[in-house]
Amino acid sequence: MPIQVLMPALSPTMEKGNLSKWLKKEGETIKSGDVIAEIETDKATMEVEATDEGTLGKILVPEGTADVAVNTPIATILADGESAADLDKAPAAPAKAEAAPAKAEAPAPKPEAKSDAHAPAAPAAVAPPDPEIPAGTEMVTQTIREALRDAMAEEMRRDPDVFIMGEEVAEYQGAYKITQGLLQEFGERRVIDTPITEHGFAGIGVGAAMTGLKPIVEFMTFNFAMQAIDQIINSAAKTLYMSGGQMGCSIVFRGPNGAAARVGAQHSQDYAAWYSQVPGLKVVAPYSAADYKGLLKAAIRDPNPVIFLENEMLYGHTGEVPKLDDFVVPIGKARVARSGKDVTIISWSMGMSYALKAADELAKEGIEAEVIDLRTIRPMDTETIIASVKKTGRAVTVEEGWQQSGVGAEVASRIMEHAFDYLDAPVARVSGKDVPMPYAANLEKLALPSVAEVVAAAKAVSYR
Amino acid sequence: MAAPKKSVAKESGQEKAGSPPEFTREQEFKALRDMLLIRRFEEKAGQLYGMGAIGGFCHLYIGQEAVVVGMQMALKPGDEVITGYRDHGHMLACDMDPKGVMAELTGRRGGYSRGKGGSMHMFSKEKNFFGGHGIVGAQVSLGTGLAFANRYRGNDAVSVTYFGDGAANQGQVYESFNMAELWKLPVIYVIENNRYAMGTSVSRASAQQDFSKRGASFNIPGMQVDGMDVRAVKAAGDEAAAWCRAGKGPMILEMQTYRYRGHSMSDPAKYRTREEVEKVRHDQDPIEQVRNRLLEQKVTEQELKAIDAEVREIVNAAADFAQHDPEPDPSELYTDIYR
Repeated sequence: MPIQVLMPALSPTMEKGNLSKWLKKEGETIKSGDVIAEIETDKATMEVEATDEGTLGKILVPEGTADVAVNTPIATILADGESAADLDKAPAAPAKAEAAPAKAEAPAPKPEAKSDAHAPAAPAAVAPPDPEIPAGTEMVTQTIREALRDAMAEEMRRDPDVFIMGEEVAEYQGAYKITQGLLQEFGERRVIDTPITEHGFAGIGVGAAMTGLKPIVEFMTFNFAMQAIDQIINSAAKTLYMSGGQMGCSIVFRGPNGAAARVGAQHSQDYAAWYSQVPGLKVVAPYSAADYKGLLKAAIRDPNPVIFLENEMLYGHTGEVPKLDDFVVPIGKARVARSGKDVTIISWSMGMSYALKAADELAKEGIEAEVIDLRTIRPMDTETIIASVKKTGRAVTVEEGWQQSGVGAEVASRIMEHAFDYLDAPVARVSGKDVPMPYAANLEKLALPSVAEVVAAAKAVSYR
Repeated sequence: MAAPKKSVAKESGQEKAGSPPEFTREQEFKALRDMLLIRRFEEKAGQLYGMGAIGGFCHLYIGQEAVVVGMQMALKPGDEVITGYRDHGHMLACDMDPKGVMAELTGRRGGYSRGKGGSMHMFSKEKNFFGGHGIVGAQVSLGTGLAFANRYRGNDAVSVTYFGDGAANQGQVYESFNMAELWKLPVIYVIENNRYAMGTSVSRASAQQDFSKRGASFNIPGMQVDGMDVRAVKAAGDEAAAWCRAGKGPMILEMQTYRYRGHSMSDPAKYRTREEVEKVRHDQDPIEQVRNRLLEQKVTEQELKAIDAEVREIVNAAADFAQHDPEPDPSELYTDIYR
């Protein structure tokens, strides 16, 4: 049967074009790949190549014709052994490109104002509770630095596919001494010093993870991870989805995030909000020593890419860590760090230090604040936040990062969506000021949140 | 009889001397069939794109077939392949199912990524094909990571990391070169120099136009290869794979090739003349080269036509499947975000 040549589209948006020229005549032999005609639009010219072999039977649209609709038959090609007499056997042209047979209904997830379960895969609701710590468990006082080191060492003992790479992680024992002793215990095969080349080694880590290894990629600080953010988002976060579930990426990107002290604008940014926007990533930012240990272990075991945000100012802080063989804290679960009934203060990481001190101050004035440590920014534990706000009717968020599109903005939105009727006041946000971090000591202090600001915000939403 | 081959491993930037070793008749047939499959598949993809059945971007591989087919003939099971977004040819060369590839192009549930990836984002764990990457140059660091994993596991697999003359100017390529040589990672960097990065010719974009020298400051050896001659590609691939498997680190192969079609389907192609394209097609076409050699060896047109017919049948079946397979179920929207 003769084959029809259809007017092609140069782009998905093209609807018609001009047939400017025929390069083959009727009766000429055509090989696959031969250019047979030229078409043009206001944007471009394109050659029409034959995809079949035979002879050009009939030209249906003469050259110079303007505004030929896409998919209009423009010629017929006769296969070997066919003649002009076969021309009328050509099938009727489809009016339009064949529509997808099982045209799916638009998925349109139902907006459910008071439920968190509007999406089939919303993971926040399913976070398991913290592990039971049996009565009588010995508690060890550790710095956060030691808790992180122990978490990595334990996971490396447990799984030979876990390794750590980054700048100064091996011989130097870590720029902030987080990897102290790991080279001695695990050797240079698994504790790998990289050149100063964030984009490159992040990509190498993701590539290794695509084969099933479980890299821990340390950034000396998350400020430098901006050089690598394409690999983190476009390669690590999206590959599972783009591969239809075939190829994932179990990897931890960790390092200090946010403001240190007197290091200026380029070394003091909080990236929690940036990463928390990306589906495919989990974002963890703990405050207590026990959570640092238990959540890092969970992050290393997680089959997904995890952004583990630490805080340099907290590395030397000590806390009680349960002495258990396998202390793992689930990702995606917030913790009520202090109970109260008057106002909910929501924070995480370094912000918790302001929040907890503010709660002490408020108690002196007879205001009982409930303080929630989010611990995980994505998936966010909306349930714990909402339960608290329903109890207190007032909420304050505290973060060191900038306010616009910040994590506090997200928390406030969720409260509005899920607990609007319970609110006695608008949610207040305490955050870093809307400026690059200054160097001068006095200005730096002004740029960061303070205990006084948290106290003032809590009193404001309490109308006191 | 294989022609004596001059090792160029230590002579970065040296063009390979002499003609490449002959193929056996069996190898010629395999090369012809595999290259024809890619060409016919891509022609069909172009056609389906013109009909509106394929959306978005669609970068065709027509003209460059000898590169992936020759390289694949140099590989062993277990070796990994990764490339950029002009990836259909690589997937077919890796023996991925043409139906699954075409159905991904049309965004259907039978596609390799269940319709969620598209032309630029396909993977096959089974065939060790690691994508399919849409960010120019990103696959170079990832491919180096595949090689890192091989060294970590102590196997003798090689990562074949393809990128173009355009990607060769990205910074992370050189970050990767540095670590690959520093750690002696088994990675073959195949630079497919098709002379144009989208619409910008090599001479307008590259200070060093000899891509085999791009690893010179890291001591990575490189060679320029006639990427239109599948035998030359395989010979270079053999040498590079042996170099990697011997633990000597990475090697760069600059494949001098040419794309006949536009950068993507919506390319007006004003940056080169039709005469230039026609001349390459006429003088250097990788498929015609093999056909002519086979005809010289008294293979009949009939036999060659049979291969063409077989390939056409595969491609037509793939196109048919890709147009009739249903779109993904709406529930797929929320799957595969986390494991």
